[in-house]
Amino acid sequence: MHAETPAEATTTERKTAALAAFKDLAHEPGVPKPDPILVVDNVVRRFGGLTAVEVGHLEIQRGSITALIGPNGAGKTTFFNQLTGFDTADSGSWTFNGRAMNGVPAHKVARAGMVRTFQLTKALSRLTVLENMRLGAQRQLGESFWRALLPFLWSRQEVQITMQAYDLLTRFKLDAKLDDFAGSLSGGQRKLLEMARALMVRPELVMLDEPMAGVNPALTQSLLGHVKDLREQGMTVLFVEHDMDMVRDISDWVIVMAQGAVIAEGPPGTIMSDERVVDAYLGAHHDAPLSESDLESQLHEAEEALEAEIEEETQK
Amino acid sequence: MDWITIISTTLKSAVGVETVLYGVAAIGLNVHFGYTGLLNFGQAAFMGVAGYGLAVTVTVMGLPFWVGIGVGLVAAVLLALLMGIPTLHLRADYLAIVTIAGAEIVRLIFRSVAFKDVFGGSDGQRGFSNGFYAINPFEHFFTARQYGFNLGPVPLFFSPRQTWVIFVGWVLIALACGVVFLLMRSPWGRVLKAIREDEDAVRSLGKSVFSYKMQSLVLGGVIGSLGGFIYGLAYASVQPDVFGTETTFYMYTMVILGGAARVFGPVIGSMLFWVLLVLVYGVLAEAVGAGYITFMDVNQVGALRWILVGLGLILLLIFRPQGIFGDKREIAIDAR
Repeated sequence: MHAETPAEATTTERKTAALAAFKDLAHEPGVPKPDPILVVDNVVRRFGGLTAVEVGHLEIQRGSITALIGPNGAGKTTFFNQLTGFDTADSGSWTFNGRAMNGVPAHKVARAGMVRTFQLTKALSRLTVLENMRLGAQRQLGESFWRALLPFLWSRQEVQITMQAYDLLTRFKLDAKLDDFAGSLSGGQRKLLEMARALMVRPELVMLDEPMAGVNPALTQSLLGHVKDLREQGMTVLFVEHDMDMVRDISDWVIVMAQGAVIAEGPPGTIMSDERVVDAYLGAHHDAPLSESDLESQLHEAEEALEAEIEEETQK
Repeated sequence: MDWITIISTTLKSAVGVETVLYGVAAIGLNVHFGYTGLLNFGQAAFMGVAGYGLAVTVTVMGLPFWVGIGVGLVAAVLLALLMGIPTLHLRADYLAIVTIAGAEIVRLIFRSVAFKDVFGGSDGQRGFSNGFYAINPFEHFFTARQYGFNLGPVPLFFSPRQTWVIFVGWVLIALACGVVFLLMRSPWGRVLKAIREDEDAVRSLGKSVFSYKMQSLVLGGVIGSLGGFIYGLAYASVQPDVFGTETTFYMYTMVILGGAARVFGPVIGSMLFWVLLVLVYGVLAEAVGAGYITFMDVNQVGALRWILVGLGLILLLIFRPQGIFGDKREIAIDAR
């Protein structure tokens, strides 16, 4: 499925630059990057007794596509929520472009240039596709109550926003759906719309939470192309994904989380053979040698333990 | 049966005092519920604080009429802030709980014995509308004894005082509709509608959801307060029980009947609501009086009309769930 087309095979300048930045890095969790856009320190989130996130140190390289992977329940989405202000961390700090972002509410995080999408797509169903897009634009004059009453103050800006929206929709091949309600789109089209809408904010860092979840395979390639395109336009991408083919295909660097902590980092080609990653996905003893006699003796031990227990119970 | 009277009262109710005062308050509720998705179950309280603000300022404090209007408007804004600040950060249902309870608290304070000197207990306040009728052009400038025209054999006439109230009411409705129309086609209105669909998506696009919800609550509350002024002035009195929860539910009925999130929806909804009520009452009362209906007396007609109108509304929601002006495609999306 992943026979690369010639166009994809010619690596672009940005891709080369991103790969060069990662070239000599150690494959250790929290390894410092040459030019980090996002730096995270000691972020902890607990739900009662469960520690959902406990990330010591993490840096995201500017201008790269970084994948965040991990088994179910590793805390990837919770970590996303903390960084984007949708959930409050119990402790810890993180900076975006050198600016402290802990405790900053979600809408200000977005304004600062760090925009996210959601695992369950949030298309604004009863707004048209075009209105969805226009909503994403920042610093709109007509969004203040009093100015909204005087259309001549904002109509010119509205035209600019519409042009920008139209360009993006054309790129994402949604321009034919302009006046349809977003709720009438298919799952994959909603993902595209959500990504396009996030770009209306003109972000520096795009955070995609499972961009491929629920997308039909025909659309997958087009979505992958759009994600790569973000890097070409100078944006940084951090995404959560389960689909390892996709991760291998588009990411420059992979961060692996398990049980709330970052356990490994590395290039996509080799990360899945990293011992720590294999352990996290399959369990630490999954490949321990088990001969026939080993198995038998283990069974014996278990049986004896059981019998002893039963005896103890009956003696009481 | 006196069909002339039935038709006359029915047609007059289409533009009458009740239609106007409920219509304007329903426009405010439409801003909350239809456009922003805020479940405000205390719209009657916004009318109440406005009506009482005017009444108490004029009768108890002896200040001029226009000061009373100002006090009423400020009271509506304060009520919106008071109910909004603790709840608008939370999930939508908390606003519903707080508004329905808040409205009852407001009503019970108005009718409490402890504040009888100020609010007048369950009798309410009267005698504050002179300032309003003193500038009535239909009494002091024009000199007709009544205003209206004959539609064939059907007379449609209002007294000068009624005419003044209705005139002012429709001017307010026109203004409120104009403001809502301008706002809802602006980027500001777009944010409100987006909040109705999904708050988190709006947050992720850099808009302060709390601030917009608060602006919506204040705007709808202030528009609702105009309905309270019209009530107080039309009947020259305010009573606490007028501003009970059923008043809010009538307004919800009107908003849904006309079509939520449509500029003229609540106005048409209010007209239809009162036309139906008055028509059903008129026909039943006349039929009982003329002996066509024998199984009940005239006093029971009042209750039966609510049953029949309620049945009609249920049928409307089954066969036209989007209301009069609504868009069927939107309802279809909801059902997904």
